[in-house]
Amino acid sequence: MKTLYLLIPLAPLFGAILAGLFGKFIGRAGSHVVTVLGVAISFVLSVIVWKDVQAGHTFNGSVYTWLETGGLTLEVGFLIDRLTVMMMLVVTFVSLMVHIYTIGYMADDPGYQRFFSYISLFTFSMLMLVMSNNFVQLFFGWEAVGLVSYLLIGFWYTRPTAIYANLKAFLVNRVGDFGFLLGIGLIAAYAGSLDYATVFAKRNELAAITETVTGWPLITAICICLFIGAMGKSAQVPLHVWLPDSMEGPTPISALIHAATMVTAGIFMVTRMSPLFELSDTALSFVLVIGSITALFMGFLGIIQNDIKRVVAYSTLSQLGYMTVALGVSAYSVAVFHLMTHAFFKALLFLGAGSVIMGCHHNQDIRYMGGLKKYMPITWITSLLGSLALIGFPFLSGFYSKDSIIEAVHASHIAGSGFAYFAVVAGVFITAFYSFRMYFLVFHGNERYDQAPPDPHHAAHDDAHHADAHDTSHAKGHDDHHEDHGGKPHESPWVVTLPLVLLAIPSVLIGFFTITPMLFGDWFGGAVVIDAVKHPAMAHMAKDFHGASAMAIHGMMTLPFFLAISGVALSWFFYIKRPDIPAAILKAAKPIHTLLENKYYFDKFNEVVFAAGARVIGHGLWKVGDQVLIDGVMVNGTARAVGWVASVVRLFQSGRVFQYAFGMIFGVFALLTLWFNRA
Amino acid sequence: MLNNFVMPDLYPAAPEIFLLCMSFLVLFVDLIFGATHRGLAALLTVVTLLGCAAITIVTADGHTALTFSNMFVDDLLADFLKLVTYLAVIVVLVYSRQYLADRGLDRGEFYLLVLYATLGMMVMISAANFVTIYLGLELLSLSLYALVAIDRNASRATEAAMKYFVLGAMASGLLLYGMSMIYGATGSLEIGGVAQAMHHGQSDKTILVFGLVFLVAGVAFKLGLVPFHMWIPDVYHGAPTAVTLLIGSAPKLAAFAMTLRLLVYGLFGLADDWQKMLLLMAVLSIGLGNLAAIAQTNIKRMLAYSTISHMGFMILGLMSGVVGGVVDPFTAVNAYSSALYYTVAYVLMSLGAFGMVLLLSRAGYEAENLDDFRGLNQRSPWFAAVMLVIMFSMAGIPFFVGFFAKFAVLLAAIKAGYTVVAVVAVMFSLVGAFYYLRVVKLMYFDAPVDSAPITAPMDMRILLSINGVAVAAFGLFPDALMSLCTTTLLRSL
Repeated sequence: MKTLYLLIPLAPLFGAILAGLFGKFIGRAGSHVVTVLGVAISFVLSVIVWKDVQAGHTFNGSVYTWLETGGLTLEVGFLIDRLTVMMMLVVTFVSLMVHIYTIGYMADDPGYQRFFSYISLFTFSMLMLVMSNNFVQLFFGWEAVGLVSYLLIGFWYTRPTAIYANLKAFLVNRVGDFGFLLGIGLIAAYAGSLDYATVFAKRNELAAITETVTGWPLITAICICLFIGAMGKSAQVPLHVWLPDSMEGPTPISALIHAATMVTAGIFMVTRMSPLFELSDTALSFVLVIGSITALFMGFLGIIQNDIKRVVAYSTLSQLGYMTVALGVSAYSVAVFHLMTHAFFKALLFLGAGSVIMGCHHNQDIRYMGGLKKYMPITWITSLLGSLALIGFPFLSGFYSKDSIIEAVHASHIAGSGFAYFAVVAGVFITAFYSFRMYFLVFHGNERYDQAPPDPHHAAHDDAHHADAHDTSHAKGHDDHHEDHGGKPHESPWVVTLPLVLLAIPSVLIGFFTITPMLFGDWFGGAVVIDAVKHPAMAHMAKDFHGASAMAIHGMMTLPFFLAISGVALSWFFYIKRPDIPAAILKAAKPIHTLLENKYYFDKFNEVVFAAGARVIGHGLWKVGDQVLIDGVMVNGTARAVGWVASVVRLFQSGRVFQYAFGMIFGVFALLTLWFNRA
Repeated sequence: MLNNFVMPDLYPAAPEIFLLCMSFLVLFVDLIFGATHRGLAALLTVVTLLGCAAITIVTADGHTALTFSNMFVDDLLADFLKLVTYLAVIVVLVYSRQYLADRGLDRGEFYLLVLYATLGMMVMISAANFVTIYLGLELLSLSLYALVAIDRNASRATEAAMKYFVLGAMASGLLLYGMSMIYGATGSLEIGGVAQAMHHGQSDKTILVFGLVFLVAGVAFKLGLVPFHMWIPDVYHGAPTAVTLLIGSAPKLAAFAMTLRLLVYGLFGLADDWQKMLLLMAVLSIGLGNLAAIAQTNIKRMLAYSTISHMGFMILGLMSGVVGGVVDPFTAVNAYSSALYYTVAYVLMSLGAFGMVLLLSRAGYEAENLDDFRGLNQRSPWFAAVMLVIMFSMAGIPFFVGFFAKFAVLLAAIKAGYTVVAVVAVMFSLVGAFYYLRVVKLMYFDAPVDSAPITAPMDMRILLSINGVAVAAFGLFPDALMSLCTTTLLRSL
């Protein structure tokens, strides 16, 4: 079994290396064959491991000890339990879908091999992250996915906006990683180990310690530091600013990395650390409040976006907020459950958006779409299912996970849960509104695709795309895309629609079939620890749960359902029935629109306070620290010292034997003198 | 008289005897076929060394065996060091084959002298008596003097050989003088006997320390520690690069063995004294070596100064065995094995670095200036990468073997309470990083001045590549070599 575990991350790594380093030799088709094969192997093996874990065989052990130093052991190890195996299935499945989809989406991009190499590398890193049994490997995976995300956001590196976005993502994540590293450091310092099992075994000792310098309870400090890491990766307010901009990357990675998998790493990590988080109510409340703010306020932003990918991006932010809220009320299994359902329907929505973008000749503005239903039937029906899942329509997967979160918040009494309940319930209405605003604008209503203005974005993109289109035949499937936006929309090739269909199936069904074992059975076993006395939300929910169908039927009579329906209805009224109303509202509520347009001024704030502040500090350090101290005293000082020593050495290194001999005699005498004066 | 003669046990010395016999064969073969079959002597030499390796492996049983009236010892440490020595010499021969052929130096005497130098190292490694140590040392040194001057017509080489000879003779004198003092104080020439006599405490401390100073001076010359280092830059620079490669690699192992046998096995009772002497010289060596290397434009000279600082680092490990006069076996083994690890790592890196100089040289052209490395990346990305790995490793950048070697040594020094020394050493190696990184900068960011294609033979290319990969691989798997060193020392002390 151990070999199997090892093979799961290594298969995509192998594919990434082949496609990345030897992409030229194996060609375009070769690249996608090896990488798809690598991920497919991973997926199949994950299924086998899943069966094995179902049979009760969990695993926790090291595979390779890298080095031992000062009592700390750094090793590569796997912890395979039900939480891990679920993540492995989600990651490999979505990744496989995205790999297949990419064959169509990137068909005429000159960076084809590079792209496949990156996404396979991402799959490897993500698997290392989720399979880890220690903090070092977790951190490795964490940074590696961050790196790949950086590379992919800036995939079209000739676009200035892409470079800006990837730099931003990198810097913002650095802030989160700093907290994360501090948390790991605190654990290493106080627990003396970086192995999960060892640290968790000492959790009661850790809970009793108070941090000496600040006087805070240690466990709270650790949890908040770790959560800051999660905030960066899972884009929680105020570290969310990078995620919308990350849409500069190609759509397949928006689906894979910035919606389905990587951004959920923070959720996964907190769930993994549940034995620690359970010990600190303060940290849980912090998590809860941050999550609710994200869930509510990021949803508002989705309403005013016109870029199809950005709408989905803001809905991702808001859904990540939902997951975080679930973590805050100790409903870890619910958070992971929502993570899973979200991975499917959000990947579906993103890939659907990508398909729409392809169909509309790389136009991304939903104001210039409309009526695509008849041109793109498969994309239409799958997107509809995805949107319904997202808004939590009963019986669809999103309903089960989102309703469970709302129930869990309702049952919780931890500080902040009142606000959180309001946020998640209001969020349902907003989610429904912006999701169906996008849906109606894209697929229904008047056909507006011929009104699109020429777009500089497109031109740049097109250059990157077709730089080598002349001499290759790969551009065949995409040939008709070269015209401007005005061309007629068309359905995408089968490699694009097949993943949509395959993702639509779990988006619809998976909630119904898995809610009972995952939330109320003993699915997660020891992987998730809940202090049932202090945090009884899950126990309350279990009492009221009477099976998946009963829950759905009951769900049709509750407030969230009516809110969702009214959200859909309102968006239909606004954007299909009376398209003049939104414009009127816009005029009436200009200040609010401005606020939303500027994304609550987070970017502005960061630019003025952090960027400018950093520049001031940097300038000061440069003038004083660098030019005077380092350049002046250290560097030039050292250089002068070196020059002086060299000249002295040269004086002695004269090439004359008698001087050398004299040096030796001098050495002997010096030693003798020293030793006999001492004695 | 003849009745008293007992036939010594030849078994522990089998590799040495084999090598000696084979050297005669090489001599004869070269005499008869030398003119017609030029490669034969080289081939036979490599075969000899492989044979020695086979014998050493077969006869290694992990036990310590003394023979020749306790003058010669065969223990695990000797076996390990000898194996590394054979390997290093074989690598030297492969790297230098083309270089020698281009310059008409690939005559039989080169290979014979290399074999005798190897024999000298082996005797030093296995010495259990002052006389044996001296015998081995002289055999090695005399062969090396001749090797440095093997290109008789090059005035720079003969000058270097002359200097090396004069200074080496003086150092031998110092060493012998020290040995005689110790003999006078303890009444024994055997290393074990000296240790015992000192343990019983009947010997005069003043005479012992007096002798120790001379002994340490002799050892320091061989290692090239400041202020006994002056020969190193001139000899490294003056000798043909192939010979520099030899001097700069395998003899360091023998010198390490000599130091360990003399000071740790023999004069452990004076550890407190010789540790302080070594400390002084180690700090001076690290400082001077790193600072002076920066000013060099000739890469052989630069590597010579870098050797001085590396040996300073190695000694830092060796002098951390005893803490404040208290002997803790665990600390001691740790410290000595860190020094052993450092030596082996250094030999590996040094072979690679001089190998690169040989790689770039060709008939009528000595690529020995830093400028010859300019733009290497454009000429050969792979070998630029190999050189990059070696330079990073020498600078002690993680995660190459050089980093872990420095790390182990510094850890030992800190455990022994020399924290300040360790910090100083790190600062100097930081300064030293400059000249290693300068080579990298020249290779990757400058335009080549020499655009001739690299013409080295395939065997050298492969071996040099393996050498570079090994430097990287031992850094990724540091425990393998480290635990080998520790086990070796544990079972030989």
